[in-house]
Amino acid sequence: MLNLHLYMAQRLTALIMVPLTIGHLAVMIYAVQDGLSVAEILARTQGSLAWFLFYGSFVVAVSIHAAIGMRVILFEWLGIKGAVLSAISWGLCLLLLGLGARAVWAVTFAGAGI
Amino acid sequence: MGETVPETGEFLEVSIWRQQNGDGHFESFQVPRRDNQTILDVVAWVQQQADPTLSYRFACRVGMCGSCAMMVNGAPRWTCRTHVQKVAEDNRLEIAPLRNLPVIKDLAVDMDPFFDKWVAAEAVFEPSQTRDDPMAPITPEDPMRIAASDAIECINCAVCYAACDVVAANPDYLGPAALNRAWSLVNDSRDDGQDARLKAVSAEGGCHNCHAQQGCARYCPNELNPTVSISGLKRVTAKSLLGWGR
Repeated sequence: MLNLHLYMAQRLTALIMVPLTIGHLAVMIYAVQDGLSVAEILARTQGSLAWFLFYGSFVVAVSIHAAIGMRVILFEWLGIKGAVLSAISWGLCLLLLGLGARAVWAVTFAGAGI
Repeated sequence: MGETVPETGEFLEVSIWRQQNGDGHFESFQVPRRDNQTILDVVAWVQQQADPTLSYRFACRVGMCGSCAMMVNGAPRWTCRTHVQKVAEDNRLEIAPLRNLPVIKDLAVDMDPFFDKWVAAEAVFEPSQTRDDPMAPITPEDPMRIAASDAIECINCAVCYAACDVVAANPDYLGPAALNRAWSLVNDSRDDGQDARLKAVSAEGGCHNCHAQQGCARYCPNELNPTVSISGLKRVTAKSLLGWGR
């Protein structure tokens, strides 16, 4: 089921997610305490390459990490294996990547012209 | 040879798994309870006094050979060293063949899948020298020797294999015993099979499937901790992949 490469991919993405999650929580608390409005938050994120990279790398890490974790659960609990398992795992990875990328794009560059 | 009233005046209600050619079922026996009685004593009494067709496996009776492991009240145990008083609840015992292995008959399981995985894990010593070479000096203080010693007292009883939920969910998983043995050989400086071994334990059914639930460590009769060994293999294979040596 899990070989060395999948294991390392999951562990390394976990390593990436830890500081990003802490950063996300810290920014959330900061934003709420200062009572920033949506418009004020978007004003800070729009056009920001730094926020794009921050949340973009988080989305990539989550997509890989969650897909590998779900792959194990699908195999061990539901007995799904082989090509079907790989197809579902990749599908889940791409779905999370697509949804996450759409959100990141929306708060960084998509609305730059608005 | 009929048993009279036991010295304790008590009887055990024993359910024993019976199976031959396919489906199995539990069969009940009343066994006289004795002081200092082991589970293997109970099974032997049933086979000798109640039903000579009962099949089970044992050899040394002193916890060295690893032959007599069975499921006792749902937990894997070495039956020759497990006292009835330790595990019987209300004088009731349920004795079944080891989990995660195919049943040959009654309480005797086919150990081939268990030992095949030792071979698949390259958990076999590969000598780097011949008998004509001088003896390799390894001091007791050597950290590798200490790590090997922690994993070395395995008696191949398959209790850990039966306790492992990952083996139950993933039949291809090499299991705690084979990986524990592989780890003791990774720490053997005389061994010349490390590359093949690390490759074997890194494959689909390898050490990275372990969820570290430690069922193996909880039930190992020799109080080994295969989870620690498997963690060692994960560490070494990860370092090897990243080019950080072993």
